[in-house]
Amino acid sequence: MTQVMESEEIERALRRVAHEILERNKGAETVLLVGIHTRGVPLAERLSRAIDEYENVKVPVGTLDIGLYRDDLDHRPTTELDATFMPEDPTGRIVVLVDDVLYTGRTIRAALDALADLGRPQAVQLAVLVDRGHRQLPIRADYVGKNLPTSSSERVTVRLQETDDKEGIWIEERA
Amino acid sequence: MKHFLNTDDVTREDLESLLDLSDEFVEVLARPIPKVPALRGKTVAMLFFEASTRTRLSFERAAKALSADTMSFSPSTSSLSKGESLKDTALTIKAMGADALVVRHQSTGAQWRIADWTGLPVLNAGDGAHQHPTQALLDALTIRQHFGSLDGLRIAIVGDIRHSRVARSDISAFSTLGADLTLVAPSTLLPVDLEGWPVKVAGSIDDALDVDVVYLLRIQAERGGASVFPSLPEYVSRFGMTRERFGRLAENAIVMHPGPMNRGVEIAPEVADHPRARILEQVSNGVAVRMAILFRLLGGEVHDA
Amino acid sequence: MHEILITNGKLVTADGVIQKDIRIENGSVKEIGIDLKTSGETIDCGGSLVGPGFVDIHVHFREPGQEWKEDIGSGSAAAAAGGFTAVVVMPNTEPAVDAGHLARFVIDRGREEGLVEVVPAGAITMGREGKKLAHLDQLWAAGVRIFTDDGDSVEDAGLLRRAMEYLAEIGGLVAQHPEDRGLTRDGHMHEGSVSSRLGMAGIPAIGEEAVVARDLALARLTGVRYHVQHVSTAGAVELVGKAKAEGLAVTAEVTPHHLMLDHGEVERMNPDVKMYPPLRRPADVEAVRAGLVDGTIDVVATDHAPHAAHEKDVPFEEAPRGIIGLETSAAVVNTSVELGPVEFFQRMSVAPAHIAGLHEHGRWLEPGGLANLVVFDPSAAWKPEVFESRAENSPFIGRSLQGRVVATIYNGRVTYRDGKVHR
Repeated sequence: MTQVMESEEIERALRRVAHEILERNKGAETVLLVGIHTRGVPLAERLSRAIDEYENVKVPVGTLDIGLYRDDLDHRPTTELDATFMPEDPTGRIVVLVDDVLYTGRTIRAALDALADLGRPQAVQLAVLVDRGHRQLPIRADYVGKNLPTSSSERVTVRLQETDDKEGIWIEERA
Repeated sequence: MKHFLNTDDVTREDLESLLDLSDEFVEVLARPIPKVPALRGKTVAMLFFEASTRTRLSFERAAKALSADTMSFSPSTSSLSKGESLKDTALTIKAMGADALVVRHQSTGAQWRIADWTGLPVLNAGDGAHQHPTQALLDALTIRQHFGSLDGLRIAIVGDIRHSRVARSDISAFSTLGADLTLVAPSTLLPVDLEGWPVKVAGSIDDALDVDVVYLLRIQAERGGASVFPSLPEYVSRFGMTRERFGRLAENAIVMHPGPMNRGVEIAPEVADHPRARILEQVSNGVAVRMAILFRLLGGEVHDA
Repeated sequence: MHEILITNGKLVTADGVIQKDIRIENGSVKEIGIDLKTSGETIDCGGSLVGPGFVDIHVHFREPGQEWKEDIGSGSAAAAAGGFTAVVVMPNTEPAVDAGHLARFVIDRGREEGLVEVVPAGAITMGREGKKLAHLDQLWAAGVRIFTDDGDSVEDAGLLRRAMEYLAEIGGLVAQHPEDRGLTRDGHMHEGSVSSRLGMAGIPAIGEEAVVARDLALARLTGVRYHVQHVSTAGAVELVGKAKAEGLAVTAEVTPHHLMLDHGEVERMNPDVKMYPPLRRPADVEAVRAGLVDGTIDVVATDHAPHAAHEKDVPFEEAPRGIIGLETSAAVVNTSVELGPVEFFQRMSVAPAHIAGLHEHGRWLEPGGLANLVVFDPSAAWKPEVFESRAENSPFIGRSLQGRVVATIYNGRVTYRDGKVHR
């Protein structure tokens, strides 16, 4: 198992993404960050804090569970759901979906479907900590913490302090 | 979990997990578009051998909000009246492509037999006077929404417990979730033998008003004719939730009823319409818990896209 | 000359078990002794018990009228496989056996099949409707000795009293299915903790005991020989015990299933444990076992009640009452109750034959009598799977039982041996 990012690098990447979000949207007034469960949620919260530090703007953070929308074999089948919560109506806002790893694109497809049922955003953008390639759908990220070329036989593991009590990104051969 | 047949052998962990899942469906139902694609392509068959509009509608709404297709069977217009056996009926519905069966039947345990015969997931929507487990889930959810938890709550269940599948399912679910239960009924409406039941018994509702929840059961007027109590007025005087008794409840206590109500019998009209009567919340929660159980039974499989 | 030699068996006699061979010649027991020889067939018992063939005074063969459930042929085969040489078939057929020609029909059909002596019981009332007396004289003349409306009680006490007076005079036995319908109406299982949990309407013990108590008073009044069918409650055992102590001519039977199973079986809601009387509390099971051991209960009778598979393939409450029992009876009794070999054959053969007035059955084996006997291995372990009966409604399928019939000999002919019925 090879570590490809440490905690400080993750933090640096997120700060850069926060800047890019501000730059691209000329501020953050209409932005709504929406974290996809599980690790997209703390990442969205960190982005919100970073934006607050630079611009002194509180960007609201929503959460999305895509369990009811999924067609995603990589997502282990489960009938547990986490909370889907929108602090503001997404209609008319710029929604930035946040997830840890972008891979086949199926999770994001499901998240877009879920979001469409919750309102009609002005625009939807995608921020991910890692883009590992191997897309199966026409989806690309607007903000990427790190591009990580992998082979599909490899597994990418993200751990965050908030959810896992340790932090870093690792890559390994699938067993 | 393959079937949902009773609350007797469901663990506390499983009950709480189902209630947590139900909370998410309460949120889904509050959305502008209260529908999700989770069970697209699945077909849920409603087999109501005993007439019931409200439970069938609630299950149908739940299935449709999950994007499942539904088909309905009612005995009056079916081959059952032509002498077809229950087994053949169940196998016929299966052959039409049902993925799960929601069954109400007047005979105790019919759902267990249907589960054996068909091998399909079966949801018990009421069997005889035995079990009505989704009612227990929606009742527990309603109580949890008000109090946060059932642990340590005092709940009185009042009325025809002997003939009530709602009472049987509620008693095991509520006690599994940590509530302290008192049954209130004349002895002719209590089960004959309460050995092993986690309950206390009171002979009049006046002895059971110091509680957090009063759960009133429907009194079937025809029971009076079967000589289980002398008359409806006498029942009301000992067991009815009158305005005066409602006034003696704690300020935060709630009143529940599985419906349909007999206003003026087990519940006074003013009590039924009071905000601390949670009867319509129970009905709304019914859709959410039925979504939860349908999703739990049918949502686990992911098809190759 | 047809000969059968039974060797290596433990012969059960009134005085105990002895190691003796038995030679059968032309239908009768010819010789009992040591190291007997034959030119004919030899049955090596391998140390099993040999005793008088079992007698069941309570079975339903459904003929005439409901042959899809069972008929006298398939029922006789089940009886032979269960070690029986005589059975008393209940009169609740269609039509009910309430007249002489119907009893004669049953006897003739039994002889035609030739596997077991089929003895009809007669109805007490016409059509078992409980309204007027059946043709008791005709039935008696046809050979009927047991009179019962089995399936229902004779509810009308005045009518029952007249039947008792009449039958006391000619020597008939009144056998009652004790069930007060006012108390058991709508019930499907024993009224108790399990029925309360399942929400099923119950059949209370008092529904049985109330009828037994009333009938014992009538038996005292009329002096009739009175027999309680399928006793199932501790209270009913006590009533019978008191009546016997008082000196009334009272006998009682218990079914094998009431000796083994209690109402906890109904938790699975499987119709194969639905019958009348219902499976009772564990305390009742203890009471009927004790009653059988101490003799308060005289005999085991199966109440063999076949129903077709499709009739039982329904929810519990919609299923008809009754289970089959002939082929598992001896094994279930042997597994459930501590009886010595002499008492075992008393309850399974000698006493029932006596109650039914069957002189060629239930006799301790001795030279001269007709050879009606059974070879029974009380230590053989097995699980019932398939039946000679047309029906399969048995709660004992797949259950571990101890004790198995090795061979049955009826009127000197092998009717069952090593798993096969010999027609």
